[in-house]
Formats: sequence, C-alpha cells, structure tokens
Amino acid sequence: MPMAASEIEAMIKAALPDAQVEITDLAGDGDHYSARVVSESFRGLTRINQQRLVYDALGGRMGGVLHALQLSTAIPD
Amino acid sequence: MSDDVQARIATAVNSADVLLFMKGTPLFPQCGFSSRAIAILEHLGVEYATIDVLQDPGIRQGIKEFSDWPTIPQLYVKGEFVGGSDIMMEMYEAGELAELLDDKGVPHA
Repeated sequence: MPMAASEIEAMIKAALPDAQVEITDLAGDGDHYSARVVSESFRGLTRINQQRLVYDALGGRMGGVLHALQLSTAIPD
Repeated sequence: MSDDVQARIATAVNSADVLLFMKGTPLFPQCGFSSRAIAILEHLGVEYATIDVLQDPGIRQGIKEFSDWPTIPQLYVKGEFVGGSDIMMEMYEAGELAELLDDKGVPHA
C-alpha cells in the first residue's frame, strides 16, 4: 500500500513544524519518492541524526510501507 | 531479536574495513539504492566486502536493529555505521567519504 506525497509531507511537518518539504514522485507511481527537507532542527546534528529525525517523523513507515524514499536534509541558509 | 544474529553482525562489521549490507550482489544489485551505493564505492576505488541481506532474513531484520536505521543499504567503515545511500552520496560529493577513509587509514584511489 503506497503512501501519498501529501501524507509524507504532512507527517514530516507535524514533527518538524518549521520544515520546508519538497517531495518528488520519481516514477509517477506513488511509490518512489525523493524528499528534500530543510529545517532548523537539523542544526548541529550529523547527517545520520538529521535523517533519523525525518525517519522518526514517518513513524516506522520508512523501510516498510515506504520503501523508496530518497532523502536529503539541509539547514536553512 | 536474537543475540546470536546481533553477535554475527558485530563480527561481520569488524571483519572488513569497508562493509556494505545490501540487497543483491555488486554485480547484480536488487535495488536502486544498493546499486547506487556500489557505484560510489567503485568510484572511490576502495576495497570492500558486501553482505546480501536477501540471503538471510535474520540479518535483514537484525541489521536495522543493530544500527537503529530502518533501511538498506548500510555502509560500515572499520566497524562504524556511516549511513545509507543518500548519506553516502552527499558525503561522496562533498569529498567527505574519501576524508573518512583517510582518517581511518583505509586505502583508496
């Protein structure tokens, strides 16, 4: 059961309210996404821990329902 | 999670300087993310070992608990978890992956 892009975005924003989230449906099949998340919450964190924040926001769906999410994280300029 | 699987993973990550848990093999990756991870390691010109999690359901689940990371591939250098394919790509592009190998004394091209 794939997830809608809007659902992914809503879950990330619920956990990281300041986040700018850009989601691209890579294959047009509602199953392969790339997401770019920019948030102040990432400041001072390693890349691993930045991604963990996003994975936590997705509440265990990553690696399960959500198989293919290419993720990049950044801190606002 | 059985302690046995965790012990096997701990042994594995310390058995090679560079180890990639992946789906499939370097010649026949079974997932785009694993394929990308292999391409990065090849570009770095580093010697690496791989473990195909599709051959072992215990490892496939256990590695996610070992690293507290939900996805595969997973890269380990000198026993330390580095990240998945997105982090590998970001680090590679920033030159940080080569730096990490240098810091850890792992030869590469």
